[in-house]
Amino acid sequence: MSGQTMIDFLAGRGVPVPLAATIAVILAGLVFASVFVRLRRPADEAGAAKRRELKARIRSWWVMVTILVAALLVGRTAMVVLFAFVSYLALKEYLTIIPTRRADRVVLLIAYLAVPIQYYWVGTAWYGMFVIFVPVYMFLILPGALVLRGETSGFLKAAGTLHWGLMIAVFALSHAAYLLAVPPPGSHEGTGAGLLVFLIVVTEFNDVAQFMCGRKFGRRKITPKVSPNKTVEGFLGGLVATVLLSAVLAPQLTPITMPAGAAIGALLAVAGFFGDIVMSAMKRDLGIKDTGTMLPGHGGILDRIDSLVFTAPLFFHTVRYFYF
Amino acid sequence: MRLHLRSLLRLLFFALVVRPFLLIAIGLAVRHPERLPKNGPLIIAANHNSHLDTLALMALFPLRRLRRVHAVAAADYFLQNRFLKWFAVDLLGIIPVERGSGKGGKDPLAGALEALDRGEILIIFPEGSRGEPELRQAFKRGIGYIARRRPDVPVLPVFLRGFGRVLPKGDHLPVPFFCDIVVGAPMQGVGEGFMQRLEKAVDDLAAETPSPEWV
Repeated sequence: MSGQTMIDFLAGRGVPVPLAATIAVILAGLVFASVFVRLRRPADEAGAAKRRELKARIRSWWVMVTILVAALLVGRTAMVVLFAFVSYLALKEYLTIIPTRRADRVVLLIAYLAVPIQYYWVGTAWYGMFVIFVPVYMFLILPGALVLRGETSGFLKAAGTLHWGLMIAVFALSHAAYLLAVPPPGSHEGTGAGLLVFLIVVTEFNDVAQFMCGRKFGRRKITPKVSPNKTVEGFLGGLVATVLLSAVLAPQLTPITMPAGAAIGALLAVAGFFGDIVMSAMKRDLGIKDTGTMLPGHGGILDRIDSLVFTAPLFFHTVRYFYF
Repeated sequence: MRLHLRSLLRLLFFALVVRPFLLIAIGLAVRHPERLPKNGPLIIAANHNSHLDTLALMALFPLRRLRRVHAVAAADYFLQNRFLKWFAVDLLGIIPVERGSGKGGKDPLAGALEALDRGEILIIFPEGSRGEPELRQAFKRGIGYIARRRPDVPVLPVFLRGFGRVLPKGDHLPVPFFCDIVVGAPMQGVGEGFMQRLEKAVDDLAAETPSPEWV
């Protein structure tokens, strides 16, 4: 399928042309990456291992992009269900890697129950409930349930780690899905989808850009104790690239103008960076390298969405405050 | 006819209940699946923390080979009532073994050895019972007896991580966690110190997956 037929196909399904074009560019990029990695001939065993890893990572990207585009085409409910499932997986991954007490098994089930409930608020666009359910109600319900189990040893740790996990895996991430419901009824069709795609593209682009700039120019370490791969050069290079992309993309996909787009790009680059190193700090504390093995070449699902966890709520509130 | 119905039920149970459960609630990750032989005879020796262990190990095999996979399990536990007996023997196809028997002239391992002679796959939990969740107990010698009497049958050490958190002994409500199965390299069940070698093999596999402490 050529780029133009691709765009026509998507546009025929109610996807605005700029959004369809963005998706076509991403798919073209994935095709290019797949071909590129196939053509490269590794010189030695280390190179071959690197190539396998890269191949696995690109294949995982294909899977993720395909699922996202499919959900986008089906509609808002599909996207909400998809994000609910991602939240469930992220929460399960988190609960798997942290120590939990056997006495709290039932409380963990309550924590899982927060996923469908939170996404029900997202699906019905009940904003007031959406913003307080996890930070207020779950914040009270979890320790309430914990205390009924009667085990006081390790109580604070259990209450703290559980709620932190819900905030990360469920609350923060659900902001991305809620973007679809931010534009009031009667807005241009596809405005919400544009916001969501913009957030995901800019966040993931920033991840890749910071990583590549760090590889290429990285010298001065920012957080040697947490994540030795993070460098000043990588961060700044990623920041510049992300600001540029965001300034160009924002007016295409969202109601955001070019200068504001540049500012939001900077915000997302900084937020994404912090999401990344915060999750690194958590992994270091737990003594693990990856949060899981779900996404070959990436690690776990939390490894992939670490920056999105920070960018989604910030982008959501920025956009909601200034534009809707 | 009855046999066919049983196999069909087992197949449906795994296709419609066990596999979806392992996929959605657990998200099972299998390490080194290529080490799993396609055909028996074979003895799988795994650590044991949960009733789910048997289901997860059986689910490693394609549906059409399920009827050739049998877990060896304690007769006193699984034959204690009619429902459990139906579930364990008819639905899952376990081979019951009398614990601590040997009296009465009947070979307690006969059923297990016959299955191996038919070229089938045995799942054995050398710890005997499930024990404390996520802690390995010392291995019992039963597997050594079987391996010694069928020296040509390879023994495959396997380590299961996480199932004891999902559904520990004494609990009935499963809680979702990611679980791992680490498949080891086949070993020969004869010679000095087999039990020590097997324990070490399973412990080495355990080291491949990180574990959070369980308090």
